[in-house]
Amino acid sequence: MLVFQILDFPAVKWLFLVLALVMPLASLLTWAERRQSAMMQDRLGPNRANIGPIRLKGILHFVADALKMIFKEDFIPANVHKGLFALAPVLALAPVLIAFAIIPFGPTIYPHAITKVLDADALAAAAAGAQGAPNLADAIRMQILSIDFGLIYYFAVLTLANYGGTIAGWASYNKWALLGGLRSSSQMMSYEVAMGMSLMPMFLAYATLEPGALVLAQGSQPWNWGVIGWGQFAASGAGAGAVPGLFGALAMMGAFVLFFTAAIAETKRAPFDIPEGEPEIIGYFVEYSGIRWGMFFLAEFIEIVFISAVIATVFFGGWQVPFLDADGFRIGGELGLTGVSGGHVFAMKHGWVVALQFLAFGGKVVLLSMLQLLIRWTLPRFRADQLMNLGWKLLLPLALVNIMVTALIKLISLSMGS
Amino acid sequence: MSTAHDDKHGEGERRHDLGHGHGEAAGPVVLSVSDRHPRVRTIQVVRPRSEDSSFLAATAKGLGITLKHFARNFFLPMRKAQARSKAGAPTDDSWRNEIETVQYPEEKVTYPERFRGLHRLMLRDDGAVRCVACMCCPTVCPAHCITIIPEESENKGIEKRPAVFEIDELRCVVCGLCVEACPCDAIRMDTGEHARPVEDRADAIETKDSMMGRGIHSIAVQGGEGPDWRGHGVE
Repeated sequence: MLVFQILDFPAVKWLFLVLALVMPLASLLTWAERRQSAMMQDRLGPNRANIGPIRLKGILHFVADALKMIFKEDFIPANVHKGLFALAPVLALAPVLIAFAIIPFGPTIYPHAITKVLDADALAAAAAGAQGAPNLADAIRMQILSIDFGLIYYFAVLTLANYGGTIAGWASYNKWALLGGLRSSSQMMSYEVAMGMSLMPMFLAYATLEPGALVLAQGSQPWNWGVIGWGQFAASGAGAGAVPGLFGALAMMGAFVLFFTAAIAETKRAPFDIPEGEPEIIGYFVEYSGIRWGMFFLAEFIEIVFISAVIATVFFGGWQVPFLDADGFRIGGELGLTGVSGGHVFAMKHGWVVALQFLAFGGKVVLLSMLQLLIRWTLPRFRADQLMNLGWKLLLPLALVNIMVTALIKLISLSMGS
Repeated sequence: MSTAHDDKHGEGERRHDLGHGHGEAAGPVVLSVSDRHPRVRTIQVVRPRSEDSSFLAATAKGLGITLKHFARNFFLPMRKAQARSKAGAPTDDSWRNEIETVQYPEEKVTYPERFRGLHRLMLRDDGAVRCVACMCCPTVCPAHCITIIPEESENKGIEKRPAVFEIDELRCVVCGLCVEACPCDAIRMDTGEHARPVEDRADAIETKDSMMGRGIHSIAVQGGEGPDWRGHGVE
């Protein structure tokens, strides 16, 4: 049907993702950050913005902020490079929005089979074209861009965001902005290396770079999710299979910590906010005001959402709900190539399964975003040399060691299984 | 208030205990003690070696502390509601005010007793102004914000009264010298109110009528022996 083909169109899916998940969450984070930090410090935080009697604990502050920034004077200082000055906020914001293309934000939806239970028999019947089988036509894949090099695309596109800060600093015709821009570019380039390297063990363990396939390979059993990865290392055939599983889990947790640290550094937020240093050292957007500054601000929060989405996808099973498979909740069962099978199943209709899995992805992203806020308001800022030491002398060597260790464990588990 | 303070104290002690858990000597090494006060002393600070200090452990500990505060304050309204529903609980929440923020228009802190607020002119028993236009307060006022134009009173025992009594609250420095200077308890600053925000400077001038509107009867006896308004001389 035409309507489902339109829904499956990448631009439509991108609009849905951005309008339904990314922008609301990023806007809410601007409020949640101040409110959460206030409560962590025994204060109340912004709780008064209201439309008439509707106050909602101050959630409407983000509306007030946006209106304020839009209606502020668009001030452009003298001597700035006008073209680049206008381009820089766009360069900061656009790559983050583009990078969302690879995130699988939900399972594949079969719109004609929403009221059916999609168990193995039904799928086999549908494949055979049997009478009364669920109609699997017009499937909508909840991922905009499904490409083999998946997460490499993420690294490549987010590198472009680097230009936003650097060009903003350069175009502002301000020495302090320029220094901030240089700090920003040096920090982002340093941590990109460690960030890419720390994800390598995941690629080794799950043998794919494609986020959609990564989510499917993790399955619905939480101990097989990326942060533990039990099923990828524990050889089922041998009696001592648990040993590589245990070491593999340690390596995966290490990869998670390394990647999380490097990813926070990429968002340029505390404890890695040397490029901005809002309270005292002046950052690259010192000359920006109004909605142009708002775009940098929004880009930062969208980056938080994006990092949370990537971590949820790679380390926490993406849209997988614990023990929920396509045919319903399952106890027991074995992780195979096409997901978990066997065990005892409490059947659920396809529509409910899809709805739960959407909610699970949203919930994971929200929780991980809150964790990033918690970290941002707990840790003090690193010094510039500490930052570089941490990136080059600690994170990068550890990431490289982790790759080799993971490869070794994987090799041992493979040889034990055969 | 005291609850929050106690809790912070407890946290500090727990940190101290954690330090002991790592097998350090009990208490810091004391190098010297002041002979003037036993608690003034020089101690040797034990800093972790760079190999021992791990960002990760310290980070996890810090996150635990901030998360604990967040969770406690997040569930505070619920706990307050529970406590309120119990019998015998105080009606206000001041006894468990862990968040110190005062929600201003709805909640107001009570000012200290001697807080100097807007002026008011005190009244006689018949409701007339107590001021006898002796000009003490404009004389003593360091900001020259008091304007008094005297006129003759019908009551020959009083002789003078103010025809105009104006105080420019924008010029007033709230020093209270006018109250000290007043010989007949006619002007006071004990209203507990702030000078109001105004849109026009002229609106900030308090007139005789507006200040008399806040006035009350004074118990001080004017023009003779008797207790003054502070209660001195009362037998």
